[in-house]
Amino acid sequence: MDAPLACARAVTKRFAAAGPPALDAVDIEIAPGRMTGLVGPDGAGKTTLIRLLTGLLVPDRGTVEVGGVPATAQDRSVIGYMPQRFGLYEDLSVIENLSLYADLRGLPPAERPENFRRLLGFTDLERFRTRLAGRLSGGMKQKLGLACALVRTPKLLLLDEPGVGVDPISRRELWKMVRDLAGEGIGVLWSTAYLDEAERCDTVFLLNGGRLLHAGPPAELTQRMDGRVFRVYAGGTGRREVLERALNLSEVSDGTIQGASLRLVTRTQGAAPTVDALQVPAGTRIAPTAPRFEDAFVDILGGGPPGTSTLAQRYRTIPQSGEPAIIASGLTRRFGDFTAASNISFSVGRGQIFGLLGPNGAGKSTTFKMLCGLLTPTSGNGQVAGFDLRSGRAECRQSLGYMAQKFSLYGDLSVRQNLNFYAGIYGLAGGVQREAIGRVVDIFHLQSYLDTNSGTMPLGFKQRLALACAVMHQPPVLFLDEPTSGVDPIVRREFWTHINGLVERGVTVLVTTHFMDEAEYCDRIGLIYRAEQIAAGTPDELKQAAAAQAGLKDPTLEDAFIALIEESDRKREAA
Amino acid sequence: MWGRLQAMVVKELWAILRDPRARIILIVPPIVQLFVFGFATTLEVKNFDVGIYDRDNGAASQEFIQRLAGSPNVGRIVSVHSPAEAREAIDGRAVIAVLTFEQGFSGNVAAHRPAVIGALYDGRRSNAAQIVAGYLDRIVADTGASLAATAHLQPQDGRSALEVSHWFNPNLDYMWFTMPGLLVIISMVSALAVTAQTVSRERELGTFDQLMVSPLRVHEILVGKMIPPLLVGIVNSTLYLIIIPNLFGVPLTGSLPLFYIALILYMCALIGVGMLVSALSMTQQQAFLGSFLVMVPLILLSGYASPVDNMPGWLQVVAEGNPAKHFLIISEGVFLKAMPAVEILANTWPLAAIAAVTLTASSLLFRSRME
Amino acid sequence: MSATTFSWQRFRAMLVKESLQILRDPSTFLIAFVLPMILLFLFGYAISLDPTHIRIGIALEDSGAPALSLANSFERSRWFQVTGRRSVATLEDELTAGRIRGIVVIPADFSRRFRTTGEVAQIQVITDGALPNTAAFVAGYAEGVRASWQAAQLPQAALPVALAHRYWFNPELASRYFLIPGSIAIVMTMIGSLLTALVVAREWERGTMEAIMATPIGMPEFLATKVLPYFLLGLGSMALCTLLAIFLFGVPFRGSALGITALAAAFLVPSLGQGLLVSAVTKNQFVASQVALLSAFLPAMMLSGFLFEISSMPRWIQALSYVVPARYLIPPLQSVFLAGDLWGMFARNIAVLLGFGAVFFTIAIAATRRRIA
Repeated sequence: MDAPLACARAVTKRFAAAGPPALDAVDIEIAPGRMTGLVGPDGAGKTTLIRLLTGLLVPDRGTVEVGGVPATAQDRSVIGYMPQRFGLYEDLSVIENLSLYADLRGLPPAERPENFRRLLGFTDLERFRTRLAGRLSGGMKQKLGLACALVRTPKLLLLDEPGVGVDPISRRELWKMVRDLAGEGIGVLWSTAYLDEAERCDTVFLLNGGRLLHAGPPAELTQRMDGRVFRVYAGGTGRREVLERALNLSEVSDGTIQGASLRLVTRTQGAAPTVDALQVPAGTRIAPTAPRFEDAFVDILGGGPPGTSTLAQRYRTIPQSGEPAIIASGLTRRFGDFTAASNISFSVGRGQIFGLLGPNGAGKSTTFKMLCGLLTPTSGNGQVAGFDLRSGRAECRQSLGYMAQKFSLYGDLSVRQNLNFYAGIYGLAGGVQREAIGRVVDIFHLQSYLDTNSGTMPLGFKQRLALACAVMHQPPVLFLDEPTSGVDPIVRREFWTHINGLVERGVTVLVTTHFMDEAEYCDRIGLIYRAEQIAAGTPDELKQAAAAQAGLKDPTLEDAFIALIEESDRKREAA
Repeated sequence: MWGRLQAMVVKELWAILRDPRARIILIVPPIVQLFVFGFATTLEVKNFDVGIYDRDNGAASQEFIQRLAGSPNVGRIVSVHSPAEAREAIDGRAVIAVLTFEQGFSGNVAAHRPAVIGALYDGRRSNAAQIVAGYLDRIVADTGASLAATAHLQPQDGRSALEVSHWFNPNLDYMWFTMPGLLVIISMVSALAVTAQTVSRERELGTFDQLMVSPLRVHEILVGKMIPPLLVGIVNSTLYLIIIPNLFGVPLTGSLPLFYIALILYMCALIGVGMLVSALSMTQQQAFLGSFLVMVPLILLSGYASPVDNMPGWLQVVAEGNPAKHFLIISEGVFLKAMPAVEILANTWPLAAIAAVTLTASSLLFRSRME
Repeated sequence: MSATTFSWQRFRAMLVKESLQILRDPSTFLIAFVLPMILLFLFGYAISLDPTHIRIGIALEDSGAPALSLANSFERSRWFQVTGRRSVATLEDELTAGRIRGIVVIPADFSRRFRTTGEVAQIQVITDGALPNTAAFVAGYAEGVRASWQAAQLPQAALPVALAHRYWFNPELASRYFLIPGSIAIVMTMIGSLLTALVVAREWERGTMEAIMATPIGMPEFLATKVLPYFLLGLGSMALCTLLAIFLFGVPFRGSALGITALAAAFLVPSLGQGLLVSAVTKNQFVASQVALLSAFLPAMMLSGFLFEISSMPRWIQALSYVVPARYLIPPLQSVFLAGDLWGMFARNIAVLLGFGAVFFTIAIAATRRRIA
């Protein structure tokens, strides 16, 4: 291994004198030519560590060096930094942003044309040179942010969660770009909440609560899980109940749904869960499978939450009505001469999860907004819980629970005030209201935060409060718009336990997500691309379709997603 | 419906009471403004400095200078010794006026020939200069009268031929005008700031979508949004109704119930304006600048900064559409004039009309920009 | 901050960026161009402290010739607009309603006493004290009308002494001549303090500050590139206002372009420094805007001598006004329009303004540094 390009030795940083340190005696090394991953749950100290490496922060103790000199004294032009929010000027165009950073980083004018050509080509932004950065989609912004960080090839590239809110295709492209750069000898630090990305790094540093839990190649960590991961081919219908039972078993530390099957992690090696313990039909196939980095991550942090959702236990059972809970028929929305969604049709039965997937800017948000009443369709219609979108708007709204992409409760109000407000506007009053609030406080363990401003809570609790506000009136339909964006895997598991439980009570869920492992929980998926629904089916059906079209063998859902979109592009070009 | 509305109203109240920034804006500026502007915004001219160029140096000119020095409004008397010095004193703002007594002034007075004192003023401050001219006229007239009386030329008994009585404000205490006016202006500023910010803030934080997917109707959201500025206006005004008579000694003579009715209509009219700004802005910054841009003309055309009477006729017509213009009349009337109900109502119905227009317009705009 | 040397390339890039943002941001346009228009318009037309044609009523309780002649004098006066002769009771109601600002009562025995004794009988003036400024004018003008009527009727009783008033710089006594130059100071305060505070706060809020700070640019360089475009914008806006003042509102301009530019440039230094300071101390645009409004705009409006005489204020407020930079701009600005280039006065004020600027900038740079750590 080469000499490290950058390193932090025994670094401690506190923001409040009294509280726990944001970083506690952390050592890391970044080697040139390699991808170094930085992972950890929310609040682990990832951003603080990156800021220390940029020289924007000064450590309380320990040393931070880049290229052999303290980070604060290092010439800034050797460091490329892409902050979480990309650092782009939204009112400047693509080329103006790029020029600005080129000059700030002192790129000699003679090298400019060649560099810009290369960066715009490789980020595929050439077509959008003059578009304002504020009007780019999330994926394009991210690529532009990267291009700005790279405009004068740095020696060290620091990326702070570049994948948040970005679709799998863009993420994969970004990865490839950065990987190629690493190949040229740059040192890269990639902080991420996507553990499949971490898995592909050469070295991974795992932070938790400011402490370093693991340092080394991801495979080292993954290896510890050998013989502890199994797939249970439980079949489509009862898989959620089986997962609940499995997660309640003491020997199972973690589990997720993967299409029609389950993926379980046991606490001890080689001890596969039995058919009896899971109460699945005899002959159900249970087979060992290769562990992933995510399994190791959850394991090192103490395993996932138990399988039974207390929320679902105390939720009313949604009666059968015989008709689908959500219907979209020919939904179309135009903005001027731009069609954001075109002729989208699907229906979701009671007690089903329907996932809307698609690249950023493809039209899934527009579809989503039309169904929950935020946008009026230009043509087409829909139904929610039996009420017509156009004529029964008020009733529709009363029957749905909504959770927005980013935290959008009242941050300046206390948890109690938020709960009172949402209970009130959904028509809960008096004793019913008290009971409903008491119930969610209990279920989501909000007791100790009741008088805290909701904006100051840790992300996990914000997430819980948002879900609590959406389900207090026990709606038959839930709309979840990227509900877990930027959230770590442990909190995501708890979240999905609740969703699975609610679905078992008959609640219907419409969800959008960029996490393909979450899409696996869906009963059906609609893939939206360029305003149209290009594929629909169960996760397994989509995988099979992609396997057939692209000749992939046992593709992941992400592979399928990408293959189906590429296929659509090919058809479009042919036409 | 009532449950939802109640929840909305309670939330809006908490939102302004808990947000520390909002609290600062609601409490600190109104109090600071009342005290600072209460004292600062006076058009009275006190303690002005006068230059004297006395080329006469006789008995009459000395008499005048002594009278002048004894006047409570005059600050310093500055002697100048040449026209150039006089010019310099005015240019450099050392004095606002220079009085010139020509040679032979005292002789003229003694001989009862017309005697003229030259008075030069700094026209860069023409308003103050005119007021100073008024004071000087009176001093000269008084002195002249007493000189004439000693010469037995006028059998006056010292009584002025003009008996002036200032109603509602016998001593023309400027603060008696400022305080009721500040009530109008400051409650406008807070109401507009709160209203304009309330919707754009929810938009920026993303909570607006949450409201829109809930069963809340548009009118319920609007009513909920009206509550905080209304309450802020009422609380501020009530505070002022207590502070102004008790701390500043301005009489409060009129009907309070009628005042409150007018106040609520005034607030509604302003809330409509604030909502229009809010509906048109996408960000808090735009909302802030927008409301600022609206506020400036509303204040300047209210009659507070300068009387509506002094404006050109067409602008007086425009000012009729300004709620602050009507409410200022009511406020001054209720504080100082014990204004009869008929007169208060005559200025209240325009407020109601303006409120109806702005609220309707804002709710229409609001609905059309919902998406 | 790493030690970095000045780079013209970086400096120019930041200037270009800042200028593009100014051009594309509607709020810049509103503050730099729309607001000045509104202010100038209002101070040109709406705000007038010169009451002419004040509406008064005359209660003529005497029908003799002298009484009628005096009433005629009031009706002819350019100061008054007499709305008719009515009974005192009716006029009192009008006064309460604010439809007239004064009542002149010519009492029943006015003509008799005038004829029989040759003595000038008293008349009574009632004013609307709710508007003290107007009330004082009514009383003053009424005295003037009465005195000149008396002088015409009884030449022998005329006072031997009179003042001959001359108003330098502004013989027409048009208040807009001093209000419009003053409002230019307000506009520059808005650009220098409010707009600058907002744009720098925006960089913090949107996270671009972090990205910029991670590049080789140095702190003084960064602040300089923030300040320079707004400095030019301030001067541009001043030029626009000056041209409008001269050509649209007919305000005389007796000084030189050099004089007004020197004054404006000197004023922008503390103003921009204050804007930077506000943005460095506050954490977001909303608070920055409120603080800028309270600490820059309102003092410039109220405590600078623009509308209200500082010498008439209580001592503690006068003391406060010494730290309002606009206080040092408005007198020379009014002079450059109405009096001409008074370089002695300009130099004193410019020195004070630059002194304030140095203080604000020093604190602003220190505060910005602290925020990054």
